[in-house]
Amino acid sequence: MRNLAALVFVGGLAFLLLVIFNQFDFAQAPMVVGQGILMDAPDRVGAANIVTAVVLGYRGIDTLGEISILFAASAAAGLVLGRRRTDARRDPPGGFILRSGVALLFPLMLVVGFYIILHGHLTPGGGFQGGVILAAAFFLPLLARPETPVNHAGLSIVEGGAGAVFILTGLAALLQGGEFLQPLLDNGVLGELVSAGTLPLLYLAVGLKVGAELAGLMARLADVEVDEP
Amino acid sequence: MMPIEVGTVLYAGAIGLVVVGIAGIVLSHHLFRIILALVIAEAGANLLLVLSGFRWEAIAPIITGGDAVQTMVDPVPQAMVLTSIVIGVGVQALALSLTLRAYGAYKTLDIRELQRRMSADLAGEAGTPLPQSLEEPVGGRPLPAAEGDGR
Repeated sequence: MRNLAALVFVGGLAFLLLVIFNQFDFAQAPMVVGQGILMDAPDRVGAANIVTAVVLGYRGIDTLGEISILFAASAAAGLVLGRRRTDARRDPPGGFILRSGVALLFPLMLVVGFYIILHGHLTPGGGFQGGVILAAAFFLPLLARPETPVNHAGLSIVEGGAGAVFILTGLAALLQGGEFLQPLLDNGVLGELVSAGTLPLLYLAVGLKVGAELAGLMARLADVEVDEP
Repeated sequence: MMPIEVGTVLYAGAIGLVVVGIAGIVLSHHLFRIILALVIAEAGANLLLVLSGFRWEAIAPIITGGDAVQTMVDPVPQAMVLTSIVIGVGVQALALSLTLRAYGAYKTLDIRELQRRMSADLAGEAGTPLPQSLEEPVGGRPLPAAEGDGR
């Protein structure tokens, strides 16, 4: 009976979605806001990647909300998982191939992560994507050697500092008579590494924050005690 | 036979992912499978958002050369999906940690078994018999007895 009700519900949902999307012609989006942003962004924000201009310029305060959601999720997960018992059994260390692979990959992933963060206003990528790569880079040594202690205090400092930089940049714009999180500084030459005002700085803060949060989260998840069978 | 349009296939795929995910959430009894179904539904929703900004003959919204007048796809849905993916990861990690704690406490991930053990646990703590139905909770209703109450 419960399954039948669930199936009816799912069928209704599928019908609803199909009816809604049947009314849109494919690839004929009106794009009122999008077209305006495409026209306006290169001169006003100066970022070659217009998605970045939207994320940090036009919808900067939404991005602040989104990183707060991520912070809340990671803080709640840390609260739920709690501290590890000191006498709990650890996973055995990884094999030779895993350990050598980690030693090889770790610096490469750091470089790629920071490259993607710092070129977020020029090429596809940015703080969120690069931050996830940084988190993966810092999680790899933990896979190879589970007994490595994780510096959760250091991660919290990076996380809090990055969040503070993001908010302080927004407040600085407010002090100069603009709107909160309005891009400051000179736009520079479109397409150069140092351009688009404060956008690269904001994306660096987002990247460090996302990286520190996800790395701490994965370390906590990997740290859960395994009960003896 | 009428040829099937590309747009129909893409929309059907995205809606199909959402529907499969929701079906998994309501039909499965295993907590971990429910989380996986949530991931699938999320992927479908993200795909729907990105598809809504698609245009033929348009390039990614990144200015590369001098010809900035070329048509580009809508950057707004892309910016939304970009953040939604990362938030999805955070939410999944939170769900996973709650699941881990539930397993640690009750040694099962089947939601029916979990509910049974939890209510047995609660009844044991409160010193009441097991609740028989949701309509008539143990201990009577905390409502003032009306005049001529049939019970």
